[in-house]
Amino acid sequence: MTHLLQNVRPYGGEGATDVRIADGRIAEIGPGLSLGQSTPYDGRGGVLLPGLVDLHTHLREPGREDAETVETGTLAAALGGFTAVHAMANTDPVADTAGVVEQVWRLGRDAGHCDVAPVGAVTIGLKGEQMAELGTMADSAARVRVFSDDGHCVSDASLMRRALEYVKAFDGVIAQHAQEPRLTVGAQMNEGVNSSLLGLTGWPAVAEEAIIARDCLLAAHVSGRLHICHVSTAGSVELVRWAKGKGVDVTAEVTPHHLVLTDDLASTYDPVFKVNPPLRTKTDVEALREGLADGTIDCVATDHAPHALEDKEAEWGAAAFGMTGLETALGVVVRAMGDRLSWRQVAERMSETPARIGRLEDHGRPIAVGEPANLCLVDPGARWTVDPSQSASRSRNTPFAGHELPVRVVATFLRGRPTVLDGRPA
Amino acid sequence: MKRHLLSAADLTLEDATLVLDTATELAQLTERATVKKLPTLRGRTVVNLFFEDSTRTRTSFELAAKRLSADVINFSAKGSSVSKGETLKDTALTLEAMGSDAVVVRHSWSGAPVNLSRFIRGSVINAGDGTHEHPTQALLDAYTMRQRLGRIEGLKVTIVGDILHSRVARSNVLLLHTLGADVTLVAPPTLLPVGVDQWPCQTSYDLDAVLPKSDVVMMLRVQRERMGAAYFPSTREYARRYGLDVRRVQTLSDDAIVMHPGPMVRGMEIAPEVADGVRSTIVEQVANGVSVRMAVLYLLLGGAEPAIGSDDQ
Amino acid sequence: MSAAQARPVTGDPAAARPVLQGPEVGRVVDRMAHELLEKTRGGADVVLLGIPTRGTTLARRLAARVQAFEGVEIPTGSLDITLYRDDLRLKSPRALEETDVPADGIDGKLVILVDDVLFSGRSVRAGLDALADLGRPRAVQLAVLVDRGHRELPIRADYVGKNIPTSLQEAVHVMLTEDDGRDAVLLGPADVAR
Repeated sequence: MTHLLQNVRPYGGEGATDVRIADGRIAEIGPGLSLGQSTPYDGRGGVLLPGLVDLHTHLREPGREDAETVETGTLAAALGGFTAVHAMANTDPVADTAGVVEQVWRLGRDAGHCDVAPVGAVTIGLKGEQMAELGTMADSAARVRVFSDDGHCVSDASLMRRALEYVKAFDGVIAQHAQEPRLTVGAQMNEGVNSSLLGLTGWPAVAEEAIIARDCLLAAHVSGRLHICHVSTAGSVELVRWAKGKGVDVTAEVTPHHLVLTDDLASTYDPVFKVNPPLRTKTDVEALREGLADGTIDCVATDHAPHALEDKEAEWGAAAFGMTGLETALGVVVRAMGDRLSWRQVAERMSETPARIGRLEDHGRPIAVGEPANLCLVDPGARWTVDPSQSASRSRNTPFAGHELPVRVVATFLRGRPTVLDGRPA
Repeated sequence: MKRHLLSAADLTLEDATLVLDTATELAQLTERATVKKLPTLRGRTVVNLFFEDSTRTRTSFELAAKRLSADVINFSAKGSSVSKGETLKDTALTLEAMGSDAVVVRHSWSGAPVNLSRFIRGSVINAGDGTHEHPTQALLDAYTMRQRLGRIEGLKVTIVGDILHSRVARSNVLLLHTLGADVTLVAPPTLLPVGVDQWPCQTSYDLDAVLPKSDVVMMLRVQRERMGAAYFPSTREYARRYGLDVRRVQTLSDDAIVMHPGPMVRGMEIAPEVADGVRSTIVEQVANGVSVRMAVLYLLLGGAEPAIGSDDQ
Repeated sequence: MSAAQARPVTGDPAAARPVLQGPEVGRVVDRMAHELLEKTRGGADVVLLGIPTRGTTLARRLAARVQAFEGVEIPTGSLDITLYRDDLRLKSPRALEETDVPADGIDGKLVILVDDVLFSGRSVRAGLDALADLGRPRAVQLAVLVDRGHRELPIRADYVGKNIPTSLQEAVHVMLTEDDGRDAVLLGPADVAR
């Protein structure tokens, strides 16, 4: 079956063209292609991007299928324009063996909404004590390249050093959740004037920055590949900028919510705004935007963290950390960055770079003849209002309820097959 | 429409003054032995919802509500279904079904009264939430200051102790600022929160320098457990630097008063001679608590709509 | 909220016409003081309790006139009825007024409640309830400067300064020098429906 995308603008460039997709690949590009046997889809001048790639997704399966499953999470991803997501390891059981990562990978393949690249745990049970069988996970069918104890920091410096060294054998990367645990005992929100007035235990910026500084030095020392998850502070951006200047092999991601929301929202005590790392200040938000614009921060990652209602309809202190984000990611990034990111750069920050960091060969590819047809089509003028009840995710904990977003994903193609058409599951 | 008392910041100068004036009148009425009970809140139901033990505060609210003829339900949530599994929302819905007009809530998590107020039609009164606020304590402290010193505006109030973990300090700083007092917080730097520089008050690490200029000294409880978390090295060193002992009290001006929200740790933050001395307001603070809470209940529940408090969230 | 929340019926005094003015008010109070002395056999054991604000002022004036006429000193005080009102739930809570009972109390005394205007009688009922909480008087009487009719309870005054027939669309304003800068009783249109 072949598809003909008519009247689309690759990377938002001037001049619409047509794109023919056949056998999972881009077969032809050019204006006024003949329809032939292809199924037409009128792009109405929309922006064609390589399918988005998320380096940081919590699909919750196995273990918390009441909050999300691979099926629902990947459908939400497809609706958000993603063709690949990295499923974080903090499931139950933890994805710290080849068995679990292969299960998750297979669930993703069977669901068919987008590719699922499992992230392997760095340490057994995320306990930070003993290294998991990283090589076996790398060699498994899931071909794991990204390893992370996300949710927990690999705080033991020696263990972190060994992990950075060890994954070099199979071109792996350690994705660090940078949070010095002793500085964040009981932490609930950004430490600052808001936490002081709200009586919520502070999560100081330094707890993130100290780990980033240490890990950059470690990565330099062992020539390892380091990725920093969800950078949230101005100081972190500066440290990453410094490390890159020194030639350290470090990459960094920022979440859409950290590009927009601040810790002022905590004053509502509504746990929908409780997230780890916490929402920071306006100054931090500005530094993150700046960092993403100038490339210090390599990519956007959602940290999509669905939670069941009862885990969020609680007191702030008792509620779970995390926000959903797959369906809103692109709209929030465009809203936050405005003219500071071109569509070309959006493709880079949300598809090409994360695919490269995750070593996903079929994703983040150029829109060119012969390339895999992993694509997403965006209506750049379709304003829409976020309604949590309309989410494909099993959870409702989006912090953007009621927000108006400037753009919308109208179609997603995974290896030539539409997963989303007209903004709805295909 | 205003409904709740969640934070001392909910009270404008007019609101706070109205509460204190009303409490003064109520105290006069109820001091007369004959008026034990006023009919004002007959038929109204006040629920004391305590997720954390506090016999003193609960009793104070209970007495206040009963003196206004309200029906009182004590709902001790600690160790019940509420602490395991049942969400705050479920609890709120249960209380709604009981027909409560006001919920007085004490909770170990900051902000729980705010969360509760979203689920409930009646008024929510914060009786202490985590390390956030305790607005009726601040009102009774202000009442006590006004009673002893005749005014609040322009008073130099020094609050000493574990500011970081104190809901009493937060509510007092906000309320006293509204009422025009000058507040100085004194504590070791480890027990002052990051961000305190943006509070409407001064801070100092030096108790001896601040005492002679103080009209009011409020001593906060310091829990020994804080020592384990390295907030200070030893109780002895804490007492030496920040305890209110007899020598320090002698540096106070003649009219200055000493307050403590209780329960106190005698010998650590306050010497027994000081706690029991003539400057001490510790006993009258308890009595004033009932009058102030009567005033709050009357002003929130007495009419068709509340006269004080915060808007709906 | 402001302390001066709407009374059951109010209106703009500026739009009202005078029924009594200046010295006329004083003469009415004088007459009431004489009646009081007559009916209480010289004012023995009498306590005057005014309902704030103007009832309290009137009670003081009555006591002062009695003192002037006969040299008898009658204890006076004020009795706030707010917490006893039956219409509390119809509006915002009011600020409380002062309750100030003479040191000797009211037990066994002849208490005369004093108010400016007698209308529905509900204030007086609330006053009787408040009084019952304060003690056990030998008897209770009622003195009002103006009786405007429209009773809703079986209550009548023992001393009336002036009967003024009114319609429910009218408001009566009593002004006293101590509270308002001048003495007057005004009748005008009401602007708050009951």
